[in-house]
Amino acid sequence: MSNISILFQAPPLALQLVIDGFLIGAIFALAAYGMALVWGVMNIINITQGEFVMLGGFVAVVLYEAGIHPLWGVPAAAAVLYAVGWLTYRAVIFRIVDRDLFTSLLATFGISIILQQLMNQVFGADVRIAEAGLGSWFFADGLVTISQIKVVGFFICLGMGGGLLLFLKRSRLGQAIRATAQNARAARVLGVDTDRVYATTYALNAAICGAAGALVAMAYTIHPYIGLPYTIRSFMIVVIAGLGNLAGVVVAGLGLGAAEYFAGFILGAQFQLAFVFLLLVVVLVVRSWRLAMKRQYLK
Amino acid sequence: MTTILELTGVSKAFGGIRANRNVSLNVKQGEIVGLIGPNGSGKTTLFSSIVGAHPVDAGTIRFKDVDITPLRVPQIARLGLLRTFQQTRIYGGMTCMQNMVISASQRDATLFDLFARERADLDDRAERLLEFVGLYGKRHLPGGSLSFGQQKLLEFAMALMNEPDMLMLDEPTAGINPTLINGLVDRLKRANEEFGVTLFVIEHNMRAIMTLAERIYCLAHGELLAEGRPEEVRNDRRVIDAYLGAY
Amino acid sequence: MTARHRLLLIAAAGLIGVLWPVLLPAYTIQMAELWLFIVFALTWDLVGGQMGYNSFGNVVFVGVGMYACAVVQVSILYSVSAYTAARGGGTEFVFPPDAYLTGLGLGLAAGAVAAVVVALCLGSLVLGMRGHYFAICTLGLGVAAGELAAGWDWLGAGAGMTAPPPPREIGDTNMLFYYMSLALAAVTFLGLGWLYRTRFVLAINAIRDDEDKAEAMGLDTTRIKVTAWAIGALFLGVAGGIYGNLKRFIDPTEVAFSGATVGVWMVLMAILGGKGTLWGPVIGAIVFQVTKEFFWTFLLGWQRVALGVLIVLIVVFFPQGILGWVRERFPERFGHTVEPDTVPAAAKDTVQ
Repeated sequence: MSNISILFQAPPLALQLVIDGFLIGAIFALAAYGMALVWGVMNIINITQGEFVMLGGFVAVVLYEAGIHPLWGVPAAAAVLYAVGWLTYRAVIFRIVDRDLFTSLLATFGISIILQQLMNQVFGADVRIAEAGLGSWFFADGLVTISQIKVVGFFICLGMGGGLLLFLKRSRLGQAIRATAQNARAARVLGVDTDRVYATTYALNAAICGAAGALVAMAYTIHPYIGLPYTIRSFMIVVIAGLGNLAGVVVAGLGLGAAEYFAGFILGAQFQLAFVFLLLVVVLVVRSWRLAMKRQYLK
Repeated sequence: MTTILELTGVSKAFGGIRANRNVSLNVKQGEIVGLIGPNGSGKTTLFSSIVGAHPVDAGTIRFKDVDITPLRVPQIARLGLLRTFQQTRIYGGMTCMQNMVISASQRDATLFDLFARERADLDDRAERLLEFVGLYGKRHLPGGSLSFGQQKLLEFAMALMNEPDMLMLDEPTAGINPTLINGLVDRLKRANEEFGVTLFVIEHNMRAIMTLAERIYCLAHGELLAEGRPEEVRNDRRVIDAYLGAY
Repeated sequence: MTARHRLLLIAAAGLIGVLWPVLLPAYTIQMAELWLFIVFALTWDLVGGQMGYNSFGNVVFVGVGMYACAVVQVSILYSVSAYTAARGGGTEFVFPPDAYLTGLGLGLAAGAVAAVVVALCLGSLVLGMRGHYFAICTLGLGVAAGELAAGWDWLGAGAGMTAPPPPREIGDTNMLFYYMSLALAAVTFLGLGWLYRTRFVLAINAIRDDEDKAEAMGLDTTRIKVTAWAIGALFLGVAGGIYGNLKRFIDPTEVAFSGATVGVWMVLMAILGGKGTLWGPVIGAIVFQVTKEFFWTFLLGWQRVALGVLIVLIVVFFPQGILGWVRERFPERFGHTVEPDTVPAAAKDTVQ
């Protein structure tokens, strides 16, 4: 807790935390956008979200360890995870689209366990990185460091988010996706192939997560167990922002990133994950209380 | 006769939609009062406001001379004011008998009563009420396996099991086979006469509500339009216009 | 299944249970684990299957019970911080038989009390949300608890805590913990069996089927929900205490608050056997434990992947579980019959 006073004594440190928080927050926001997409279109809460990020990270790691520059990992991971997402949909997800939300929770939880343990078996539990070889910028007498790969990642996230938005607004398939999100039955009656819409949505989401994961591998680290925290972060951001509120997702994502860095600094790195999960509980409890005032409940 | 339910200036809006506007009405103990009005006039919203399902924007609601406006649904139910739902809600995974037993009055009960031994008197009452509505033979079937009409009867029986002072029914004859409607209206009257339950009934079926109710309120566009005995309301120009769309 | 058959089945199970460590001592620990899994599955089903509140966070109570028990066991003789600092490697922490047994008894009681207190505190906050919000919130709670324990030095932080070593004079402690697990499973089973014959179970079933309707009928749903959770927590707290001693080493995220393993397994066991029944979780726990041991023995390395596949298969293709499947085939066995329409004449009088 004495760390708080350090923040006041050396303001550039606080600035560093905010910058680093925003830079990773963009990745959180991207993953959250994908989760909101699947949730809105298919009414499925995808617990596998974080594992898709993790898999994407490993694609970048594999490329890096094979001598290829990991920035190629971003499109590569997107492509690989698109296939993984599409396969997952065809194998499991399409069977649970019409069922209750708890079934989708458990099923995607099961898939996440499969993927996590698979990677653990194949790659081991050690932490991996994919070195992008970029340097850093220094400000304020070296008190503020901005890693260049993180900034590159930030703009890639912005680009991907923007691209996804354009796709949804302009393309035929994107419109079909939005129509299905609003009323699947009506869309089907009007000739939309909802099965294809669902498959594409789920695969797109996986691809987005994969790309995000590649960025994580380059700017931070990857290991088989980073999945669940990413899933929880995405869920939290969607709950705070609300489905369909893109601006809210961006703000919440950046805010969460900054909050995590501050928490890690003030409470100590060993409590950072505890902070994330407790924050989830707090967000849900507060939301639940406010609804109770209106005699409603979180459903 | 004493007034058992009194609404004063009740208003409720959902976003831009003013579902109820300054509604004031009352129901006297032992009466059967009807609430009619075209679709979208705010009848179900009014019921929901009364039983506490959502907070009201303005106005007060008094039940048995207690201000129930700030109270929650379970508290109001325990005071003796129950309502049935338009879409008929019962416990689908439990048998009819179980549905009945768990509907027994909670008024003097504490949490620990739920742990007490099974009570034969509850089972007896449940069986008799099920027979009253004609579901005795099906009492061991899961509620979810009953037909829609049978579920409506079960919901009615469950409400009676709770020994309410006043029962608010939301379209009790909707979806019921026309040949069975007379039987249902009959049972409603008997519940009122024999068990002393005050009834407040939303209905679209004019014939049913005209024979059942002693007094009728008519709602349109969220406001109280007319009030009076069935014959008066039936012939009221404003009511006819509201239903035919001239309003 | 008639009452006599049921009694015979219970007697047979009891006999096997009591004789197991004598007949097959090599598998004592696995069987003890099975009895504890039965407790996990039964308590999960109380709130999940019977009440419809699918919790991913029941491990919180297991972990709280585990740590509370260990802390009480240690603090009878020594300071907890000194004990955890030594990381279980110190030979100076000796527990003579009376101290050990008293500690164990008090520890289990402490585990139960601590778990119930946590349930009462968390319940009022968390049981206001429904469906998947409740599920994910409890998931968060479970993992957060593990991370908090992993950061708390007094409890040994990430290195965990070893259960106090039993003195040699006591003999085979695996047998001791085996019989404690068996006893707990029996008490839980009989306790819940009694509970499922009262109107309390009707109340929680009503909450599951239509909570708004239950409120509209005057049931105090909040109090009922918290009570149900606390009842489950009581048994889970004791189970946690026994489990910690059985495993000997209490790791905060792998053993105490192992949300991704035991936390999910207990859900799976209840679903596999049949949610919302008394015997379902028992059957599910047995089938699961056997399958799990099979995977661990023959699919070493890939056993957790296999478990993940099992979860998906069951959730997608067999969500009604074993007993659910039986109930669909033979509804009469469960009492769902149609009978003649009128009350027997002798019992008839005025309806009130």
